[in-house]
Amino acid sequence: MDRQEVLDLYFVDARARLIDIAAFLDRLERGHAAEDFRAEAFRRALKELEKPGADRAERVLMALSDQTREPIPTAPGKGACGAAPAS
Amino acid sequence: MRYIEPHAHMVSRVTDDYLAMVMAGCAAVCEPAFWAGFDRGSAQGFHDYFCQLTDYEPRRAARYGLPHYSWLCINPKESEDIGLAREVLAIIPDFLGRDNVLGIGEIGLNKNTRNEMTILEEHVRLAAEHDRMILVHTPHLEDKWKGTRLIMDVLRAEKRIMPDRVIIDHVEEHTIGMVLDAGFWAGITLYPESKCTPARAVDMFETSGGERLWLNCACDWGQSDPLAVPKAAVEMRRRGYSDEAIERLIFVNPLRFLSQSKKFRIRE
Repeated sequence: MDRQEVLDLYFVDARARLIDIAAFLDRLERGHAAEDFRAEAFRRALKELEKPGADRAERVLMALSDQTREPIPTAPGKGACGAAPAS
Repeated sequence: MRYIEPHAHMVSRVTDDYLAMVMAGCAAVCEPAFWAGFDRGSAQGFHDYFCQLTDYEPRRAARYGLPHYSWLCINPKESEDIGLAREVLAIIPDFLGRDNVLGIGEIGLNKNTRNEMTILEEHVRLAAEHDRMILVHTPHLEDKWKGTRLIMDVLRAEKRIMPDRVIIDHVEEHTIGMVLDAGFWAGITLYPESKCTPARAVDMFETSGGERLWLNCACDWGQSDPLAVPKAAVEMRRRGYSDEAIERLIFVNPLRFLSQSKKFRIRE
């Protein structure tokens, strides 16, 4: 697909998702809660969107990933929360 | 359109889903063993589950003319209890000879712990000893990148395992390259929120070349969609792909991988 076709096919959908993210950040702002590592990771990931290159999805995923290398001693639980504290 | 659903947890789905899948063109469904949403209390619980996967579920699918295959293991979410995990590993060989069992899966890691690694190594050894294919589950969200690397280390350490007989599932943009570069097959899972959308899946297909790649829905007891693969086919059609190119990804590719087991037979 050329750029025009991508815009024709996906712009409105991406626009809707962008506004969802903006509304999420507004909700966080209004929440007055203490900052935690997930919000920090989210902001780190957002910065990747501004950088050039056709690998933004990969870079956003990496910004939200645990990049340590060794197995951990025991599981803290079964679930994942979506972001790792900055190492 | 015809397709193979290579990863679906049908024990969690209603029978209507079988009908809908067949109406959408599904030619075969494969069901790896997984976590029930709660920890099973004994190896006997797994024995009963394996009977369900190898006896009851194929009969339920057969009512719609749909071949049903399975993969067996104790999933990584229950591998922290090494004692229980080893009891379950001990009963798996009793089921490997059953007609619909393709191999060991979905094994892997969840939180990337030492115990999970130990049980993963023992599963891989079991597959090597019985010359079976492997289906790998990679961890969710923030744990995926690290877990995928650790899993590949374990697989590469077992020299009897051929990478082209292993599919590493739930890849995303940050893991698909390392999986394919190492010679493994890669699975893209279409699942809300925690995995991949149809548009991203088609992006990865386009950027990876798509030779050793399949799409699956991994529908289970969570919010998920048993028709996610045919919906991704619609996404491909929106981008102008021919029916032949679509079928190559959603039918021919899984057929190529799964046919490495002599047990996998479908009408072509």
